[in-house]
Amino acid sequence: MADRNEITQEMVLEQGNVVYQRPEALAETLTHYCPGCTHGIIHRLIAEAIDELGIREKTILVAPVGCAVLIYNYFDVDAVEAAHGRAPAMATGLKRTQPDKVVLTYQGDGDLAAIGTAEILHAANRGENISVFFVNNAVYGMTSGQMAPTTLPGQVTTSTPTGRDVKVHGYPMRMAEIIAGLPGACYVARRAVYDVRTVRQARKAVMTALKTQLAGLGLSMVEFLSSCPTNWHMTPVDALTWIKDNMAPYFPLGDYKVADEVQALQ
Amino acid sequence: MARGTIVIDVDRCKGCELCTTVCPQGILQMSQGGFNARGYRPVELVDPEGKCTGCTLCALICPDVVLTVYRYDPRRAQVVD
Repeated sequence: MADRNEITQEMVLEQGNVVYQRPEALAETLTHYCPGCTHGIIHRLIAEAIDELGIREKTILVAPVGCAVLIYNYFDVDAVEAAHGRAPAMATGLKRTQPDKVVLTYQGDGDLAAIGTAEILHAANRGENISVFFVNNAVYGMTSGQMAPTTLPGQVTTSTPTGRDVKVHGYPMRMAEIIAGLPGACYVARRAVYDVRTVRQARKAVMTALKTQLAGLGLSMVEFLSSCPTNWHMTPVDALTWIKDNMAPYFPLGDYKVADEVQALQ
Repeated sequence: MARGTIVIDVDRCKGCELCTTVCPQGILQMSQGGFNARGYRPVELVDPEGKCTGCTLCALICPDVVLTVYRYDPRRAQVVD
């Protein structure tokens, strides 16, 4: 047995095991996301789950409008682009006509919680057998950081330069809690990606959401608390701390609905 | 403890520094020498003492899948004569 100190880096590369590599479902394309944007982590988690379940050839991804509008370039799965906010409606049609496919939507807070609120609520209420991945970064990222329905009270954005005033602009919407209240939703969870521990928890939730669809149980949704270093005007490292300190208290992490059948899958 | 190392896909790195904050050994740092093809300062592994254990924490936090992690455990390695 070789002593640990005698092992060279070359030996590790030649004789060692690859313990982490790019998932197959993630295309080689370079992404347009800003440095430190956690969209990249969430993309990778979904791709890893697709690989692990072996469903890459039968997955259809419905792309949103928002920062993730080009997501069909970043995944090596079939994809379609929906009109702004209408991804759950398009996913409904896809899943009903091709029930053997796995249909996912990937939506931001402007897409799912503002212009597309009606579509997601009715899709959830009908219990459509689709998986929804909802990325909440508390601003409209693509259009330079205006207030979103999920912007925190007092948060400064380009359209609320003195901070969100709840008397004028209303309160941030907690989408996971709202959707969990609808009978058709089977699995609704909120996760974050601000450190390694939460990334691991998020990965498990993605797996559960996809398994829920594969078992044909009904709508599954995972909300991710994500960062937007550019529009929050922070370094990527500070932005992750900001999620933990400011977003997580208002949008508590956890499982909001786990149907008994889903519990059995976990 | 296992020995590990990482392979850095330099031109994918956007210099966000998140991996440098999670490395338990503190052996990841941003390049002082130059920029990658896209104009970012990429991350570098500075590990002359072989401290890397291949724990994968850097790869888990990386938003751009820059890192491939290798691990070699001498206790489990097959002896080939």
